[in-house]
Amino acid sequence: MSDDGDDIILSELDDEELVEQMWDDLYDGLKDEIVEGVNILLERGWAPYRVLTEALVGGMTIVGKDFRDGILFVPEVLLAANAMKAGMGILKPLLAETGAPRVGKMVIGTVKGDIHDIGKNLVGMMMEGAGFEVVDLGINNPVESYLEALETEKPDILGMSALLTTTMPYMKVVIDTLVEQGKRDDYIVLVGGAPLNEEFGKAIGADAYCRDAAVAVETAKELVGRRHNQGATG
Amino acid sequence: MQPVDPYPSDARLTEDGYAEPATGRILLIACGALAREILALRDANGWDHMDLHCLPAKLHLYPDKITPAVAAMVNERRADYARIFVVYADCGTGGALQAKCAELGVEMVAGPHCYAFFEGNEIFAARDEITAFYLTDFLVRQFDAFIWKPMGLDRHPELRDMMFGNYTKLVYQAQTDDPALRAKAEDCARRLGLDYEYRFTGYGDLETSLTRQATKA
Repeated sequence: MSDDGDDIILSELDDEELVEQMWDDLYDGLKDEIVEGVNILLERGWAPYRVLTEALVGGMTIVGKDFRDGILFVPEVLLAANAMKAGMGILKPLLAETGAPRVGKMVIGTVKGDIHDIGKNLVGMMMEGAGFEVVDLGINNPVESYLEALETEKPDILGMSALLTTTMPYMKVVIDTLVEQGKRDDYIVLVGGAPLNEEFGKAIGADAYCRDAAVAVETAKELVGRRHNQGATG
Repeated sequence: MQPVDPYPSDARLTEDGYAEPATGRILLIACGALAREILALRDANGWDHMDLHCLPAKLHLYPDKITPAVAAMVNERRADYARIFVVYADCGTGGALQAKCAELGVEMVAGPHCYAFFEGNEIFAARDEITAFYLTDFLVRQFDAFIWKPMGLDRHPELRDMMFGNYTKLVYQAQTDDPALRAKAEDCARRLGLDYEYRFTGYGDLETSLTRQATKA
């Protein structure tokens, strides 16, 4: 995005310029620059939550949009995610200390038989950036792992990911088990992965199919918000 | 002197695909990654009544484009043929290609991926090798164009373990016995940081499926 990053001294930029520069640096996957930018904003008295939302999530939103539009591809998104992760590494303990608002909690994992986790990891990171607490179960999860985590963590959302046509039907196994146990309505179920589509999400009884990490965040916010409102009125 | 290669180049099959004029009774609409194997089988068996139209193999980088591309080609060429057979597996379309083929009234090869039907779908499923990364002859030859560069590993080698860290081994499923390809496949495994396994499959269920189509009334 930016070609003249080498000449810019981050500490000499005002807040607005620095945040914009951090968006550029995230876009370009410049981890060290992101760490530096986060530290500068914190030294200037910014609350960790503000650094997270305005500088990091703001930048990743642009990355997500350009990924969806076919301007950026997986390698670039991963580099940006790595840079964001480095910034998050500084902010996470501070966010815990300062009691940043928590939007909700998500348990997420790749289904049994599937070891692909790039998309899942991106979703997890973007959800954390959006204020969700994320419990990542990793890859190759049988239904028992999901159930155990749901019981222990009591999340608002269950997220399941699959990259293979042969493994995506396992999502239905998990959802059917929740239905059998009378627990399906306790959770918002979001599903994603390259071979999935909206029709599949509906067919297996998920609340929504999310085509990418940015959509997952928007959907999660909307559905958690709706659920809270229902709780308040109902 | 190098023998003249009778088949279209891999670069052409990846980028542009390959189309033959209508002379036969049956049209095979296939993935470019299978062109050489299909042509080899056709030549060996004298299936002169089958024409081949390959879509660019690079469609695999965007699986959601495969179904509309195949459907468009079926519609474009079906008037010239008694029958069309689609030589794609599901290929990450999540069942969409199978549904579209059924809607269009054409058959397709069964199986989730070419690396499943080369091995034989049942045998492949029974192996249950979830941490294996597969290469076929085509993918070994096109490793840089199809995997290394599109995954950005030529520019950002540090991404390798993020992308391939959950795999444990690279399985080279060989359709032909070629020492040069074997050496290259082993090098691919080294570059990806994976163990290497060589497995000769021949043409597997591809041959069975094409034989059935070729001999069907």
